[in-house]
Order: sequence, then structure tokens, then C-alpha cells
Amino acid sequence: MSAAEIAAAVRAGERSAVEVAEEHLARIAEREGAVHAFNEVTAEAARRAAAEIDRRVAAGDDVGPLAGVPVAIKDNLCTKGVATTCSSRILEGWVPPYDATVVQRLAAAGAVAVGKTNLDEFAMGSSTENSAFGATRNPVDLDRVPGGSSGGSAAAVAAGFAPLALGSDTGGSIRQPAAFCGVVGVKPTYGLVSRYGLIAFASSLDQVGPFARTVADAALLLEVTAGHDPADATSIPQAAPSIAAHLDDGVSGLRVGVVRELMGEGIDPAIAARVREAAEALAAAGASVEEVSVPAVTYGLSAYYLIAPAEASSNLARFDGVRYGLRVDAPTTNEMMVATRTAGFGAEVKRRIMLGTYALSAGYYDAFYGKAQKVRTLICRDFAAAYERVDVLLSPTTPTTAFEVGAIADPLTMYLNDICTIPTNLAGDAAMSVPFGTDATGLPVGVQVLAPALGEVAMFRAAAVLEAAAPSTAEEDA
Amino acid sequence: MSERISRDDVAHVARLARLSLDEAELDTFTAQLGAILDHAADVEALDLADVAPTSHPFDLVNVLRADAAGPTLAPAEALAAAPSAEDDRFRVPTILGEAP
Repeated sequence: MSAAEIAAAVRAGERSAVEVAEEHLARIAEREGAVHAFNEVTAEAARRAAAEIDRRVAAGDDVGPLAGVPVAIKDNLCTKGVATTCSSRILEGWVPPYDATVVQRLAAAGAVAVGKTNLDEFAMGSSTENSAFGATRNPVDLDRVPGGSSGGSAAAVAAGFAPLALGSDTGGSIRQPAAFCGVVGVKPTYGLVSRYGLIAFASSLDQVGPFARTVADAALLLEVTAGHDPADATSIPQAAPSIAAHLDDGVSGLRVGVVRELMGEGIDPAIAARVREAAEALAAAGASVEEVSVPAVTYGLSAYYLIAPAEASSNLARFDGVRYGLRVDAPTTNEMMVATRTAGFGAEVKRRIMLGTYALSAGYYDAFYGKAQKVRTLICRDFAAAYERVDVLLSPTTPTTAFEVGAIADPLTMYLNDICTIPTNLAGDAAMSVPFGTDATGLPVGVQVLAPALGEVAMFRAAAVLEAAAPSTAEEDA
Repeated sequence: MSERISRDDVAHVARLARLSLDEAELDTFTAQLGAILDHAADVEALDLADVAPTSHPFDLVNVLRADAAGPTLAPAEALAAAPSAEDDRFRVPTILGEAP
């Protein structure tokens, strides 16, 4: 059942939220041991919340658009009274004294939180192998990674543990795992969804967004979480667009551009072929399709791996053993901070903190961070020029389908997973991954739909058409 | 191997970032950071002389709110997760070398 169907049935009193919660908790009990999507399953809290929804429905209350819908929450979003770890030893056991704004909005909409999902430590990674608490597996093929960093959220949705999940996307951390697990994942326009209570990785790039099994469910979750929040100074001070109302509008007259630079070198030809099929499907539905050049996207990875670590090195300075989390005792405060951070952070987090510290340090600032910021300007300009010609862009979400657990040990090779997704974060634009068939081995392929800032309506219209046109597994087998 | 960043540079950066690395880690990180910086050097092909830097997706200036009191965490809530606290404050070890 989709999230929309569950909410409708619960609101109408046709299904009990407790029954829905039990059904999903049973599925978790059955398969979570193999998948490891969660750092913590909050079964008792979910049962209590579901019972309260049922009580309110019986009393005639309007319980909201996500009435009784189970939702999984990435473990870098603060949940009052429930441990929030970022899958790091340095925050192990930390219980936040407040809820992230998106968590508050979920509860107000009647959703039932079922647990906190695993991630690459502090959202730094593309495979969910960099978790202090063990790797998450891809439910489609347990020998493969689910992608990352929001791999736990993607796996939870793909495994049917919850119809909806929240993740965060700094360079592709929602879209890439969505593509690997065969679900829908959305990186909204920067500022559309509040970051209050999202533990910061790179503040000018981070954005919270939805995972779902259908495009309509992703729109539903985005609408519930989007909108201005005074607690986040970078939140856009205007009403969020209504997306669901336009899902059936089709793409007649929509101008679509296929990004030339993301269709060749480094991209699995089977994936590029699926993107071309997706473009044909949009054309068949009435869109005009052309190839568009966005030259600076090829420099996205280089700019990102200076800007994101620079911001991370500053953001993660707060983990020093003073106010929360781990403290390793030592005679002086400086020695305590060094001992705490050395014991608490994993290798990838240390690597990025050092890279960022280096890029910002005296003598290197202009050569690295300063130059990366200028490249960011070029990427913004090239996207803006492309969006003069077209309404949405199309590309692969990932250069390959899901790889095997343990297959990529070299950090730079791992970073290359995000070449198609990173440019959108640098520009602050919107993009989403929609499942579109499989490769020859049956692994899911994701097609990325990109849109300018606040272009979510056109992006979702294209995504809805792609969802309806996607080659089914059955056809593949035939 | 890359010569873009030296082992001494990595040791210096680790000190700035309050991280302690053993000899093997220094070798590994020096090689890995060098490879990442080598890749990032592809931007040297671009003429960036007249390009303004972008630090943020929006042209944010100041975001102000009314200077009105609102709800905040009580001291006990703010200190609840502290590894050590005393008299409504975070307690840390010696800072300047005085007796603890």
C-alpha cells in the first residue's frame, strides 16, 4: 500500500494505524537482521503514536495528511528523547533535547516514526559502509551496497519497512541510494525544507528530502516537510509550491534537455541508454527534447571536494568532548579534545576534516577554497543558461548501478559515484532520482530529473510521466 | 606518488584539526589527500581571473527577527548530555596549566 492509500484509509477509519504499524514492524523483524537499515527501531514509541492516531480518528479529529503512515528517519536528524548518532562513535548514545523541524512536521501530519536509519558517518560517503555501527545492505541484492550516505533510509523504503523515509543530500546522498535501491529520492531546492535539527555536514549544500516508492508519495512527504521555518535562517521565506495538484498535468509542451556532459565518459552505457529511453518517453508524452550542454558540471567533483570538506572541518569542530557525546579523559582540555576526536571519528571523517582544514589554511586558501568557489559560480551560470532553453534537465543519477560491498576501497574512486548529483547541490537547485528499469543483471537504474531553484512542480510532472513509462521488470524478463 | 601535499603538511593539518595520527595513518592520509588534490587540480585549466566566488546558493545578507524572548532550553536540559558539568556550566580539564 502506498503512503497516500494508508493515510486515506486511516483517516476514513477503514484501517487502524496500529494495524499498519504492526504490519511494518513485522516486516522489519523479519528482514532487518539481513539489511541493517536502522541504528534503532523505535517499536514501542511507534505503537504508542499509532494508538494515539486511532484514538483521535475515533474522536473525529483531523489527524493530518500522513495519518498512520510509518516513516523512517535518517539518524542525523534530531529526535527528542531518541538517540541521534550520525552513525559516529563521537555521538553514540547522545539523546537530543529537541526535535528537528522536519520531525515535528511529520508528527503534526500524523506520521508514525518507526526508527532512525543508518548512514555513512556524518553523511560522508556513498555506500553506507562508513558507519561506526556496521554497513547497510541493498535489499535488492544483499551482496551489494545500498548507496549512501542515506543508505539506511533508501533500504528501509525498498525493503518495505516504511513507505516513506527522510534523508539528507549534500552531494547526492538521497538520489544516489534511491537509484541503487530502486526507489524515488528527492533533493529539494536549497532552502525549501528546514535544516533546523539536521546535524550539519556542509551548510551551504545540505538539504533534507524524501524517499518513497512512488512519485506521488514523495510529493506528499515533500509538501508536509517543506515551507519557511524561522529557526533556519537559510529557509526560503515564502509558501512552498503545491506539487501534488500538478502530478497528473503531463509534460505536453515541457522543454527537456539531456545533459551532454553526463552521458559519456565514466557512465555505464546501459545507464546512458536508459536515460535516452526516458527522454524518448517524455517526447512521446508531448515534451520537446534536445541535448543541452552544461560544460562546468565536469568540474563539480573538484569544487565539491574542496568546498564540502572546508565547511565540514568547521562544522565538526563542535565535537570536542565538552557539551555532548564522547569524552576521552586527559590532563588538559587540549589533550582531551585531541584524544576525544581521534577516538570518536572514523577514517573518512578525519580525511575530510583534514582536507577541509588544509584547503582553508594560510597559504592555500586562494589556491584551493577560493578557486573552488569560483568554479561554483561557473556551475551556477551554466545551469542558469541551460534553464533559459529548457524547463528540466535529464541525466543518469549514478555512473554505475549498485556495486558489491567492499568493492571500492579507494576514497577518490568512491567520490566518483557522485559526479552526476554534485553539481545540483553546488547550484542550490532541485533534482530527483526516479527508478527507470534495470541493467542487464537486474539491478535498478535511476534517471535524474533536474530543475532550477523552486522548479519542483515541473520536475515532479516529468517524474510522474517517467514513473508511468518505466520499463517493468516483467517486461525485462519477457 | 603525488607531491602536492607533504607528510609534514598532513601532520600540521592534523594538529590544527585536533587529531592525532600514528605513523601508518600519516602515510595513508598523505597519499590519499594527495590523490584527491591531484584530481582537484583539473580546475587549473579554467580561466577564473574575472569570476566572482560563490559561497552560498542565495545572496543572503542578514536574516533578522524581532528582538523578543522565546522558549529556550532550561540549563538542566542543555547540560543533560554534557560529559561533565558543575554549577550550571560545562566542566573541562585544565586549560592554561594551572592546578586542576
